[in-house]
Amino acid sequence: MKCLVTGGNVKGECGSAWRRRCNTLGTASLTPSALLPAVLGKAVHSLSRIGDELYLEPLEDGLSLRTVNSSRSAYACFLFAPLFFQHYQAATPGQDLLRCKILMKSFLSVFRSLAMLEKTVEKCCIALNGQSSRLVVQLHCKFGVRKTHNLSFQDCESLQAVFDPASCPHMLRAPARVLGEAVLPFPPSLAEVTLGIGRGRRVILRSYHEEEADSTVKAMVTEVCLGEEDFQQLQAQEGAAITFCLKEFRGLLSFAESANLNLSIHFDAPGRPAIFTIKDSLLDGDFVLATLSETDSYSQDLGSLERHRPVPQLQAHSTPHPDDFANDDIDSYMIAMETTIGNEGSRVLPSISLSPGPQPPQSPGPASEEEDEAEPSTVPGTPPPKKFRSLFFGSILAPVGSPHGPSPVLAEDSEGEG
Amino acid sequence: YGLKRGISNMIAKLAKTCTLRISPDKLNFILCDKLANGGVSMWCELEQENFFSEFQMEGVSAENNEIYLELTSENLSRALKTAQNARALKIKLTNKHFPCLTVSVELSSMSNSSRIATHDIPIKVIPRKLWKELQEPMVPDPDVSIYLPVLKTMKSVVEKMKNISSHLVIEANLDGELNLKIETELVCVTTHFKDLGNPPLASESTSQDRNPEHMAEVHIDIRKLLQFLAGQQVNPTKALCNIVTNKMVHFDLLHEDVSLQYFIPALS
Repeated sequence: MKCLVTGGNVKGECGSAWRRRCNTLGTASLTPSALLPAVLGKAVHSLSRIGDELYLEPLEDGLSLRTVNSSRSAYACFLFAPLFFQHYQAATPGQDLLRCKILMKSFLSVFRSLAMLEKTVEKCCIALNGQSSRLVVQLHCKFGVRKTHNLSFQDCESLQAVFDPASCPHMLRAPARVLGEAVLPFPPSLAEVTLGIGRGRRVILRSYHEEEADSTVKAMVTEVCLGEEDFQQLQAQEGAAITFCLKEFRGLLSFAESANLNLSIHFDAPGRPAIFTIKDSLLDGDFVLATLSETDSYSQDLGSLERHRPVPQLQAHSTPHPDDFANDDIDSYMIAMETTIGNEGSRVLPSISLSPGPQPPQSPGPASEEEDEAEPSTVPGTPPPKKFRSLFFGSILAPVGSPHGPSPVLAEDSEGEG
Repeated sequence: YGLKRGISNMIAKLAKTCTLRISPDKLNFILCDKLANGGVSMWCELEQENFFSEFQMEGVSAENNEIYLELTSENLSRALKTAQNARALKIKLTNKHFPCLTVSVELSSMSNSSRIATHDIPIKVIPRKLWKELQEPMVPDPDVSIYLPVLKTMKSVVEKMKNISSHLVIEANLDGELNLKIETELVCVTTHFKDLGNPPLASESTSQDRNPEHMAEVHIDIRKLLQFLAGQQVNPTKALCNIVTNKMVHFDLLHEDVSLQYFIPALS
């Protein structure tokens, strides 16, 4: 795999050819003068807010960078289309597509200084060298300076999450700037926030604090209320609400703001993962975050804008433990990937043996054509196996809209709510 | 709202938890000299009409038309930070599952849509029987009263001194001289400020008896002085320092419409 990212302000022929190409494509949001190595760097910064390992996979669709957090309650993926690169070669002819997993810290160190990327880097070249097992990142800077980073990587299987924005009943879309301004009043240290639709179709963001039984010091509650007119699209019922990790969301938000993109949020019932997406002709970003379940009584109160005392058992759900899979739907998605037998290209996903979990699976027994209920076959108490196997979806299943992103969209069957 | 936020930022730096006293014409931020504060006390006062276009309050009773609330200063300063570019700001006492001070900010936005940010700051209402501990501190007759030098300069000096010693001597005389002294086994450092000027002293007899060059000194904890100086982001309109020898140092500042008094006791 070899790809080359050029800074848009490079003088000379390749620079102007790039600009011409951008102009014909009409990339309004990523202007030709946008510094693409810096955009790549910002994406890496965003991903670093989520996980410690970066999965790099060159696909025909483009270069995908993915990560997942340690408790597997958050998944993030950026796909850079081939057009993003001056030169993109997913694989040397005759060779298999290489996939690799590297330490986020190592990759981030190359792109750590965004100022440097914007001002001095003219070209960035990334190549996967199978023989030497090194990911080579070369930054060609001003004044003939060339920085070469040789990062060691591990072979890995593809990290893919199963999610389908189209299956979410609620969605809203707004310029990232609007959402950025909306989260400004919240303290930087706030972990979780609740997003909901209140009376009059106002969108409400409220700080979420776990109730601690014996705490005498109450935390300040901050709430921001936006009108429907701030959103380009708002498709949600009054009373719908989800609670998710604000810190993880900020990762995508800051990227979207810097690239001046619109951000869409697709969500479902509490407990089901929320999907945050940004889209551009040159790149796609998807962040899938777990949401807290049991916010039902909260969403009823949302209409009256009153603070709600959360159900005490929420404690258990909010920070999913590796072995607490029952209510953490996002984790189920991850596990779906994990336990398949490696028959790539197979149309049928094998059934997964179910271990007695706290909550029995809701879907009917392993139908061969359907996505399985994903109870992991791990012993509670052991950390989940880190290795992800590939699920080669190809054209399985059903109603796929326009294939979007690196992972073909699967209609996830309802796992039922606990 | 800029000034109000500046004040709350300052209070937040000076005291983690403080008392807000609301009376018909004034607002006070109070820190009383409890052991927990290390003996430091603070009294900050502002006239409500300089800040609010509408002000309504009802105290405990007609004779005790005041409200005393305890809150975490940082919450207030964070809440007011939101109001930086606001169209409107409202502060109310509410009871949403717990008593709080609700700061409601109508944000300005590009479109005509209204965006509202609300902060519910948890508070504790202080019962009347504790009010007497929260009265304006008596300012004893100082031995020396002197105008302070630029606070930023003082702060950078004290910051460096903090690395050498944990306590320092602040001394001043009626000749406009103020010294900051630290002393350890190995080293002595003194910073001299001259030509500061002295305000006229209240009691004439004291000033006449006193040799103008004679220093009045107080031994204090350096961190307390630093905490006070760190809270001063903007140079005040007026800054005064009163020293009662071996008893305490009293700082009396005026930031436009807000007065702040800060008392640091002498080390025993």
